[in-house]
Amino acid sequence: MKTVAGALLALVLVSPVVALDGDPGMHDPSTVIVHDGKFYAYGTGGGLPISVSDDGWTWRRAGTLMQALPGGRPGQEVIARGGNNTWAPDVIRSGDKYFVYYSAPGTQPKAAIGLLVGRTLDPNSPDYKWEDGGPVVWSDGVEDSNAIDPGVFRDPVNGSLWLTYGSYFGYIRLVEINPKTGKRLYPERKPIDLAINGEASIIIYRDGWYYLLMTRGSCCAGANSSYNIRMGRSRKVTGPFHDNIGVDMLQGGGKLFLGSGGRYIGPGHFGLLDLGDGVQKFSMHYEADLDRGGISVLDIRPLLWRDGWPVAGDNFKEGTYQIESARTGTALELAVQGTPVGGLRGRGGGRGAGAGGGRGAGGAADAGARNPIPAQEAAQVSANWPAGPIDVRMSPYMVQAQQKWAVTPVANVGGYPGSSYFKITIAGTERALTATVDRELVVLPAFTGGPEQLWRIDQLSDGAYRVMPKAIAGTKEPWALSAIGSSMPTLARFDPASDRQRWWLKTP
Amino acid sequence: MSRWLLARISFLWREPCGFARRACKARPTNPRYAHLKDALAVAVAAAVLSVAAAAAQDAPTRGPAPSLTRPASPAKVPGADGFLQRWLILEPIMTNGQLTDSAVQAAVKTLAVPTQSGTIPRHGDKVTIGDAPLAWHAVDTIRYNVNLYHFAYALKKPTSNVLFWVTTVVNAPRELSGVRLAIGSNAASVWWVNGREVIGIYNDRQSVIDDGVSKRLTLQKGPNVIRAAILNGGGATDFCARFVDEDGMPVKGLTVSVVE
Repeated sequence: MKTVAGALLALVLVSPVVALDGDPGMHDPSTVIVHDGKFYAYGTGGGLPISVSDDGWTWRRAGTLMQALPGGRPGQEVIARGGNNTWAPDVIRSGDKYFVYYSAPGTQPKAAIGLLVGRTLDPNSPDYKWEDGGPVVWSDGVEDSNAIDPGVFRDPVNGSLWLTYGSYFGYIRLVEINPKTGKRLYPERKPIDLAINGEASIIIYRDGWYYLLMTRGSCCAGANSSYNIRMGRSRKVTGPFHDNIGVDMLQGGGKLFLGSGGRYIGPGHFGLLDLGDGVQKFSMHYEADLDRGGISVLDIRPLLWRDGWPVAGDNFKEGTYQIESARTGTALELAVQGTPVGGLRGRGGGRGAGAGGGRGAGGAADAGARNPIPAQEAAQVSANWPAGPIDVRMSPYMVQAQQKWAVTPVANVGGYPGSSYFKITIAGTERALTATVDRELVVLPAFTGGPEQLWRIDQLSDGAYRVMPKAIAGTKEPWALSAIGSSMPTLARFDPASDRQRWWLKTP
Repeated sequence: MSRWLLARISFLWREPCGFARRACKARPTNPRYAHLKDALAVAVAAAVLSVAAAAAQDAPTRGPAPSLTRPASPAKVPGADGFLQRWLILEPIMTNGQLTDSAVQAAVKTLAVPTQSGTIPRHGDKVTIGDAPLAWHAVDTIRYNVNLYHFAYALKKPTSNVLFWVTTVVNAPRELSGVRLAIGSNAASVWWVNGREVIGIYNDRQSVIDDGVSKRLTLQKGPNVIRAAILNGGGATDFCARFVDEDGMPVKGLTVSVVE
């Protein structure tokens, strides 16, 4: 089992659908890293191809890393310890430097992890260049290790740097890294064995737990790849890492984090993208995107947490939703007088005001009153809605038309990590939720495509959503949909510790 | 008045735990007696209407409302939570009891106090709406909320199917922008700050802190007139109000006054 390079080099992407836009074709992606407002990812391929995005949604190719490395190929010592392939890199910032670790296999399991050191990730910067940092770790082809697939981790507890690596032959291993040089801090020490039966490992941390994520299964066979991401956790960065039923990953344990699903087969090469404010995403590639002819593509999805374990969230999908405040339990609605679904009916089902006798009636109702009541559509009840702008408010959800919102992706307007922007309209109408210049909300009669009508919907760690306008005139600050009271929505700064800006988007 | 009495008598009939208690209101009537209930309620109402009407005219008030007092100082500082505890309240005006958006908006127009957009009323001022002479009462509440049920009950006034006009003056030490009026009311209510409508909440609802919240507004330096109409269907009725800042915290430095 090995990671295969070059499989994507000739891919032509057409009609991007869901898993990122532009040219997301990639295999063995690094962790997605943000630098000067741009998103970068590096992948397997000759010279380590660069993918860059201005917003995390639309991606483009930007040459290779080794175009900016003297000699344009791994250093001689790296090649000597491993080989001259360039696969599966990872990247991290340490102080004022960036370290790129990459796989340089020869005839596996003889392989090495090489280091590149740079000061900027921006290929257009005059300071942009990479220096060969030599091999960091290697496997001699006999020992229980295949030194490829580096994953670099900074321990937030003490700032220490750690590198995991390995692929099936032998162990997933761990060494500590010197944050100043990117090389091993204690080269004389034996690497620590963490797991077996996997590759593409990396460690993340949350709330006193270290999580080792690695990819298991077969790669590089398109839709026939069984890649899936597994995990275990430990109280110490050095392990032991156990899965959800207590099996040590050194003995084959590994709780499933993400397997194939929908139109995507073979997720692998997990990377954490922490956007701050409690918003976490993860990057990975799918071995096969069935909507793109089965090529391998990069994707970015929400990272959720449940019962002490990371959970793979889904990017928001278009549909009709109720938008319920996590703070109040009331639902966002057009501020118009609601009409009961099916019209006024008493408890007994009879129609008309007061029909059926209210609470007390329930026994004798005509048979016709028990027919299913169809869903309420806006066209049925909107005749008396004002034609112009209408305020937005929150009320108990009553399955009424003014409470049902169509959330629809908008093409060619950019996006954010993992998704395009959405418009949010009253279902069955063009009445569009709009952010006002004074940071309040209104529903306008039509969608114009302005940034104040484009919405970013990030899923938060608990599964709730943060909803933000793309932009508001006159301010560059980010603002989020917020429940200022039980019945009043507004826009406010996002506070990850509060339920005010958390929303549950439920299908009606 | 007859509609109100009918409602009360109906309550007495079907609610063994007392009249006009919201908790009892939620209990269903046994359907076997539903037809008897309405018939008996109408009969009893007819029998007592004339007596009740006469008694209401002649009877003294029931004594002070337990949660309300007469203001004893020129101005009152809101408590730590920022709630405005000094108000002028007009005796209740009978309504049709409807609490929908359109019904409430219609009521606040048709039952408007003639001078409400002009001078601030004083304690004891009287206005006539329809045929009913009504008096303004200055009160301090000892709680965060103003219990309109206590207010009306103490005056032997109706508490169901009514509209209460309330007003107060909030004095700001300086211009305060980006603040919000945050209210709760039982039941529907409409609110104005310095003559501009800023909140409307509708339908039958309990008084919940910060239920209705205005958009960001500016309090001018000095006096700012807060006015509201609270409409009740039946049962308990009260309201609370405060100003909050961008973070939802109470605005400090305000004082509240009414004209005695």
